[in-house]
Amino acid sequence: MAGTPLPESVELLDKLVAALKRRGVLVEEDIVRCQTQAERAQPETGARMVARAWLDPEFRALMLRDGTAAAEAFGVGMKGAPPLGVLEDTDRLHHLVVCTLCSCYPRAVIGYPPHWYKSAAYRARAVREPRAVLAEFGTVLPAGVQVRVVDSTADYRWMVLPTRPAGTEGWSEEQLAAIVTRDCLVGVTLPQAEKRQIAA
Amino acid sequence: MDSPDPDRPATHDLGGNPRFRCTPVEPDDDAPPSAFDKRVDAVRSVLREKGLFTVDEMRFNIEALHETEYFGLTYYEKWLRSVTAVMVRKGVITWEDIK
Repeated sequence: MAGTPLPESVELLDKLVAALKRRGVLVEEDIVRCQTQAERAQPETGARMVARAWLDPEFRALMLRDGTAAAEAFGVGMKGAPPLGVLEDTDRLHHLVVCTLCSCYPRAVIGYPPHWYKSAAYRARAVREPRAVLAEFGTVLPAGVQVRVVDSTADYRWMVLPTRPAGTEGWSEEQLAAIVTRDCLVGVTLPQAEKRQIAA
Repeated sequence: MDSPDPDRPATHDLGGNPRFRCTPVEPDDDAPPSAFDKRVDAVRSVLREKGLFTVDEMRFNIEALHETEYFGLTYYEKWLRSVTAVMVRKGVITWEDIK
Protein backbone atom coordinates (compact mmCIF):
# COMPACT_ATOMS: atom_id res chain seq x y z
CA MET A 1 0.00 0.00 0.00
CA ALA A 2 2.94 2.27 0.57
CA GLY A 3 4.86 3.13 -2.51
CA THR A 4 5.42 5.66 -5.18
CA PRO A 5 2.48 6.97 -7.16
CA LEU A 6 2.47 6.40 -10.91
CA PRO A 7 3.67 9.36 -13.01
CA GLU A 8 0.15 9.63 -14.45
CA SER A 9 -1.24 9.95 -10.94
CA VAL A 10 1.12 12.82 -10.15
CA GLU A 11 0.06 14.43 -13.41
CA LEU A 12 -3.63 13.84 -12.63
CA LEU A 13 -3.27 15.56 -9.26
CA ASP A 14 -1.62 18.59 -10.88
CA LYS A 15 -4.37 18.80 -13.49
CA LEU A 16 -7.14 18.36 -10.94
CA VAL A 17 -5.75 21.10 -8.70
CA ALA A 18 -5.13 23.42 -11.67
CA ALA A 19 -8.72 22.91 -12.87
CA LEU A 20 -10.17 23.51 -9.40
CA LYS A 21 -8.14 26.72 -9.12
CA ARG A 22 -9.03 27.88 -12.64
CA ARG A 23 -12.71 27.36 -11.92
CA GLY A 24 -12.49 29.27 -8.67
CA VAL A 25 -13.27 26.28 -6.44
CA LEU A 26 -10.17 26.60 -4.29
CA VAL A 27 -6.88 28.46 -3.89
CA GLU A 28 -3.47 27.14 -2.91
CA GLU A 29 -3.86 28.62 0.60
CA ASP A 30 -6.85 26.31 1.20
CA ILE A 31 -4.72 23.27 0.45
CA VAL A 32 -1.85 24.49 2.61
CA ARG A 33 -4.19 25.22 5.52
CA CYS A 34 -5.80 21.76 5.38
CA GLN A 35 -2.43 20.04 5.09
CA THR A 36 -1.04 21.98 8.04
CA GLN A 37 -4.08 21.01 10.07
CA ALA A 38 -3.67 17.33 9.15
CA GLU A 39 0.02 17.41 10.03
CA ARG A 40 -0.76 18.92 13.42
CA ALA A 41 -2.80 15.84 14.44
CA GLN A 42 -0.27 13.54 16.12
CA PRO A 43 -0.45 10.41 18.30
CA GLU A 44 0.84 12.49 21.22
CA THR A 45 -2.69 13.86 21.61
CA GLY A 46 -4.23 10.41 22.07
CA ALA A 47 -1.32 9.51 24.37
CA ARG A 48 -1.97 12.54 26.57
CA MET A 49 -5.66 11.63 26.77
CA VAL A 50 -4.73 8.13 27.94
CA ALA A 51 -2.27 9.44 30.53
CA ARG A 52 -4.89 11.87 31.86
CA ALA A 53 -7.44 9.04 32.06
CA TRP A 54 -4.98 6.93 34.07
CA LEU A 55 -4.59 9.75 36.61
CA ASP A 56 -7.99 11.40 36.67
CA PRO A 57 -11.06 9.18 37.22
CA GLU A 58 -13.39 11.98 36.20
CA PHE A 59 -11.65 12.45 32.88
CA ARG A 60 -11.58 8.70 32.41
CA ALA A 61 -15.35 8.57 32.86
CA LEU A 62 -15.81 11.38 30.35
CA MET A 63 -13.50 9.71 27.84
CA LEU A 64 -15.39 6.42 28.02
CA ARG A 65 -18.76 8.15 27.86
CA ASP A 66 -17.95 10.67 25.12
CA GLY A 67 -14.60 10.38 23.37
CA THR A 68 -15.35 13.38 21.20
CA ALA A 69 -15.85 15.61 24.25
CA ALA A 70 -12.65 14.24 25.80
CA ALA A 71 -10.69 15.08 22.65
CA GLU A 72 -12.20 18.56 22.57
CA ALA A 73 -11.07 19.02 26.18
CA PHE A 74 -7.54 18.64 24.78
CA GLY A 75 -8.17 21.35 22.21
CA VAL A 76 -8.77 18.99 19.28
CA GLY A 77 -11.25 20.38 16.77
CA MET A 78 -13.73 17.54 16.23
CA LYS A 79 -16.18 19.52 14.10
CA GLY A 80 -16.97 17.53 10.98
CA ALA A 81 -15.15 14.45 12.30
CA PRO A 82 -17.12 11.28 13.09
CA PRO A 83 -17.77 10.53 16.78
CA LEU A 84 -14.85 9.04 18.72
CA GLY A 85 -15.41 5.98 20.87
CA VAL A 86 -12.89 4.81 23.47
CA LEU A 87 -12.43 1.11 24.26
CA GLU A 88 -11.35 0.34 27.81
CA ASP A 89 -8.87 -2.50 28.23
CA THR A 90 -8.83 -4.43 31.48
CA ASP A 91 -6.65 -7.19 32.91
CA ARG A 92 -9.03 -9.67 31.26
CA LEU A 93 -9.91 -7.90 28.02
CA HIS A 94 -7.80 -6.44 25.22
CA HIS A 95 -9.14 -4.40 22.32
CA LEU A 96 -7.79 -4.28 18.78
CA VAL A 97 -9.05 -1.74 16.22
CA VAL A 98 -9.28 -2.42 12.50
CA CYS A 99 -11.28 -1.10 9.56
CA THR A 100 -12.08 -4.11 7.39
CA LEU A 101 -13.96 -2.17 4.71
CA CYS A 102 -11.61 0.77 4.22
CA SER A 103 -9.24 2.57 6.54
CA CYS A 104 -11.31 4.46 9.10
CA TYR A 105 -9.02 5.74 11.83
CA PRO A 106 -9.31 8.35 14.57
CA ARG A 107 -7.09 10.81 12.74
CA ALA A 108 -8.06 13.77 14.88
CA VAL A 109 -6.30 12.24 17.91
CA ILE A 110 -3.67 9.97 16.28
CA GLY A 111 -2.78 11.60 12.97
CA TYR A 112 -2.26 9.98 9.56
CA PRO A 113 -2.79 6.21 9.70
CA PRO A 114 0.29 4.04 9.10
CA HIS A 115 0.44 2.03 5.87
CA TRP A 116 0.03 -1.32 7.61
CA TYR A 117 -3.29 -0.22 9.09
CA LYS A 118 -4.60 0.24 5.56
CA SER A 119 -2.99 -2.93 4.21
CA ALA A 120 -5.09 -5.82 2.89
CA ALA A 121 -3.27 -8.23 5.21
CA TYR A 122 -4.13 -6.31 8.38
CA ARG A 123 -7.73 -5.70 7.33
CA ALA A 124 -8.26 -9.34 6.36
CA ARG A 125 -6.48 -11.02 9.25
CA ALA A 126 -7.16 -8.82 12.30
CA VAL A 127 -10.69 -10.23 12.53
CA ARG A 128 -9.72 -13.81 11.67
CA GLU A 129 -6.60 -14.38 13.73
CA PRO A 130 -5.99 -11.34 15.92
CA ARG A 131 -3.49 -13.10 18.17
CA ALA A 132 -1.32 -14.04 15.19
CA VAL A 133 -1.41 -10.43 14.00
CA LEU A 134 -0.56 -9.18 17.50
CA ALA A 135 2.39 -11.58 17.59
CA GLU A 136 3.75 -9.98 14.42
CA PHE A 137 3.90 -6.73 16.38
CA GLY A 138 5.69 -8.57 19.18
CA THR A 139 2.61 -8.53 21.41
CA VAL A 140 1.77 -11.71 23.28
CA LEU A 141 -1.12 -11.39 25.70
CA PRO A 142 -1.06 -13.25 28.99
CA ALA A 143 -3.21 -16.39 29.13
CA GLY A 144 -6.80 -15.67 30.07
CA VAL A 145 -6.96 -12.29 28.37
CA GLN A 146 -9.82 -12.13 25.90
CA VAL A 147 -9.35 -10.24 22.62
CA ARG A 148 -12.16 -8.10 21.29
CA VAL A 149 -11.66 -6.81 17.75
CA VAL A 150 -13.61 -3.67 16.92
CA ASP A 151 -14.31 -2.60 13.35
CA SER A 152 -14.10 1.15 12.79
CA THR A 153 -16.49 2.60 10.25
CA ALA A 154 -16.85 5.75 8.22
CA ASP A 155 -19.37 6.93 10.82
CA TYR A 156 -17.65 5.96 14.08
CA ARG A 157 -13.97 5.91 15.02
CA TRP A 158 -12.36 3.97 17.84
CA MET A 159 -9.24 4.26 19.96
CA VAL A 160 -8.02 2.03 22.77
CA LEU A 161 -7.52 3.04 26.39
CA PRO A 162 -4.85 0.51 27.43
CA THR A 163 -4.29 -0.61 31.00
CA ARG A 164 -1.66 1.29 32.92
CA PRO A 165 1.40 -0.92 33.19
CA ALA A 166 2.90 -1.91 36.52
CA GLY A 167 6.01 0.02 37.48
CA THR A 168 4.56 3.42 36.63
CA GLU A 169 3.39 4.31 40.14
CA GLY A 170 3.96 7.96 40.93
CA TRP A 171 4.67 8.98 37.34
CA SER A 172 3.56 12.34 36.04
CA GLU A 173 1.09 12.74 33.20
CA GLU A 174 3.95 13.64 30.88
CA GLN A 175 5.95 10.57 31.84
CA LEU A 176 2.93 8.34 31.34
CA ALA A 177 2.06 9.87 27.97
CA ALA A 178 5.60 9.14 26.77
CA ILE A 179 5.04 5.37 26.93
CA VAL A 180 1.75 5.45 25.02
CA THR A 181 2.58 5.05 21.36
CA ARG A 182 0.36 5.24 18.31
CA ASP A 183 0.36 1.44 18.12
CA CYS A 184 -0.90 1.23 21.73
CA LEU A 185 -3.85 3.42 20.75
CA VAL A 186 -4.76 1.00 17.94
CA GLY A 187 -4.21 -1.98 20.25
CA VAL A 188 -1.40 -3.76 18.40
CA THR A 189 1.07 -3.12 21.21
CA LEU A 190 0.92 -2.49 24.96
CA PRO A 191 2.51 0.38 26.86
CA GLN A 192 5.79 -0.73 28.41
CA ALA A 193 7.07 0.91 31.59
CA GLU A 194 10.69 0.25 30.62
CA LYS A 195 10.29 2.06 27.30
CA ARG A 196 9.65 5.45 28.82
CA GLN A 197 11.75 8.19 27.32
CA ILE A 198 11.54 10.77 30.07
CA ALA A 199 13.49 10.28 33.27
CA ALA A 200 11.27 9.71 36.31
CA MET B 1 -19.10 -3.77 -6.46
CA ASP B 2 -17.98 -5.60 -9.55
CA SER B 3 -18.80 -9.04 -8.28
CA PRO B 4 -21.59 -10.77 -10.19
CA ASP B 5 -21.64 -13.60 -7.65
CA PRO B 6 -23.75 -12.57 -4.63
CA ASP B 7 -21.99 -15.13 -2.46
CA ARG B 8 -18.60 -13.65 -3.15
CA PRO B 9 -17.75 -10.68 -0.95
CA ALA B 10 -17.12 -7.36 -2.68
CA THR B 11 -13.48 -6.53 -3.38
CA HIS B 12 -13.20 -4.07 -0.50
CA ASP B 13 -14.86 -6.39 2.04
CA LEU B 14 -11.60 -7.79 3.34
CA GLY B 15 -12.50 -8.99 6.85
CA GLY B 16 -11.47 -12.64 7.05
CA ASN B 17 -10.60 -12.82 3.34
CA PRO B 18 -8.53 -16.03 2.93
CA ARG B 19 -6.55 -14.52 0.06
CA PHE B 20 -4.39 -12.66 2.59
CA ARG B 21 -4.27 -15.45 5.14
CA CYS B 22 -0.56 -15.98 4.64
CA THR B 23 0.43 -12.36 4.07
CA PRO B 24 2.26 -11.02 7.10
CA VAL B 25 1.36 -7.58 8.40
CA GLU B 26 4.47 -5.48 8.04
CA PRO B 27 4.77 -3.23 11.07
CA ASP B 28 7.83 -1.70 9.39
CA ASP B 29 5.73 -0.58 6.46
CA ASP B 30 5.49 2.66 8.26
CA ALA B 31 6.88 5.35 6.00
CA PRO B 32 5.25 8.72 6.63
CA PRO B 33 2.87 9.92 3.92
CA SER B 34 4.64 11.46 0.95
CA ALA B 35 4.13 14.99 -0.38
CA PHE B 36 1.77 13.50 -2.98
CA ASP B 37 -0.20 11.66 -0.28
CA LYS B 38 -0.56 14.75 1.90
CA ARG B 39 -1.61 16.93 -1.01
CA VAL B 40 -4.31 14.50 -2.14
CA ASP B 41 -5.57 14.35 1.44
CA ALA B 42 -5.56 18.14 1.75
CA VAL B 43 -7.45 18.65 -1.53
CA ARG B 44 -10.01 16.13 -0.29
CA SER B 45 -10.35 18.11 2.97
CA VAL B 46 -10.84 21.41 1.15
CA LEU B 47 -13.55 19.93 -1.07
CA ARG B 48 -15.25 18.41 1.97
CA GLU B 49 -15.22 21.78 3.75
CA LYS B 50 -16.79 23.39 0.70
CA GLY B 51 -19.59 20.84 0.71
CA LEU B 52 -18.49 19.30 -2.59
CA PHE B 53 -17.39 15.90 -1.36
CA THR B 54 -18.55 13.50 1.36
CA VAL B 55 -16.92 10.47 2.96
CA ASP B 56 -19.67 8.31 1.47
CA GLU B 57 -18.86 9.54 -2.03
CA MET B 58 -15.21 8.86 -1.31
CA ARG B 59 -15.91 5.27 -0.28
CA PHE B 60 -18.43 4.55 -3.02
CA ASN B 61 -16.00 5.55 -5.72
CA ILE B 62 -13.08 3.65 -4.19
CA GLU B 63 -15.20 0.55 -3.80
CA ALA B 64 -16.25 0.91 -7.44
CA LEU B 65 -12.65 0.47 -8.62
CA HIS B 66 -11.85 -2.75 -10.42
CA GLU B 67 -9.87 -5.27 -8.38
CA THR B 68 -6.78 -4.59 -10.48
CA GLU B 69 -6.79 -0.92 -9.50
CA TYR B 70 -8.08 -1.57 -5.98
CA PHE B 71 -5.03 -3.68 -5.18
CA GLY B 72 -2.64 -2.08 -7.68
CA LEU B 73 -2.81 1.61 -6.89
CA THR B 74 -1.38 3.18 -3.76
CA TYR B 75 -3.83 4.29 -1.10
CA TYR B 76 -3.86 7.98 -1.98
CA GLU B 77 -3.92 7.23 -5.71
CA LYS B 78 -7.27 5.56 -5.04
CA TRP B 79 -8.41 8.65 -3.17
CA LEU B 80 -7.36 10.81 -6.11
CA ARG B 81 -9.32 8.62 -8.55
CA SER B 82 -12.36 8.92 -6.30
CA VAL B 83 -12.13 12.69 -5.85
CA THR B 84 -11.64 13.22 -9.58
CA ALA B 85 -14.57 11.00 -10.52
CA VAL B 86 -16.91 12.86 -8.18
CA MET B 87 -15.76 16.30 -9.34
CA VAL B 88 -16.41 15.34 -12.96
CA ARG B 89 -19.77 13.77 -12.19
CA LYS B 90 -20.89 16.90 -10.33
CA GLY B 91 -19.76 19.15 -13.15
CA VAL B 92 -17.24 20.93 -10.92
CA ILE B 93 -14.59 20.11 -13.54
CA THR B 94 -14.74 18.39 -16.92
CA TRP B 95 -12.84 15.46 -18.42
CA GLU B 96 -11.26 18.00 -20.78
CA ASP B 97 -9.67 19.66 -17.74
CA ILE B 98 -7.76 16.55 -16.80
CA LYS B 99 -7.02 15.02 -20.20
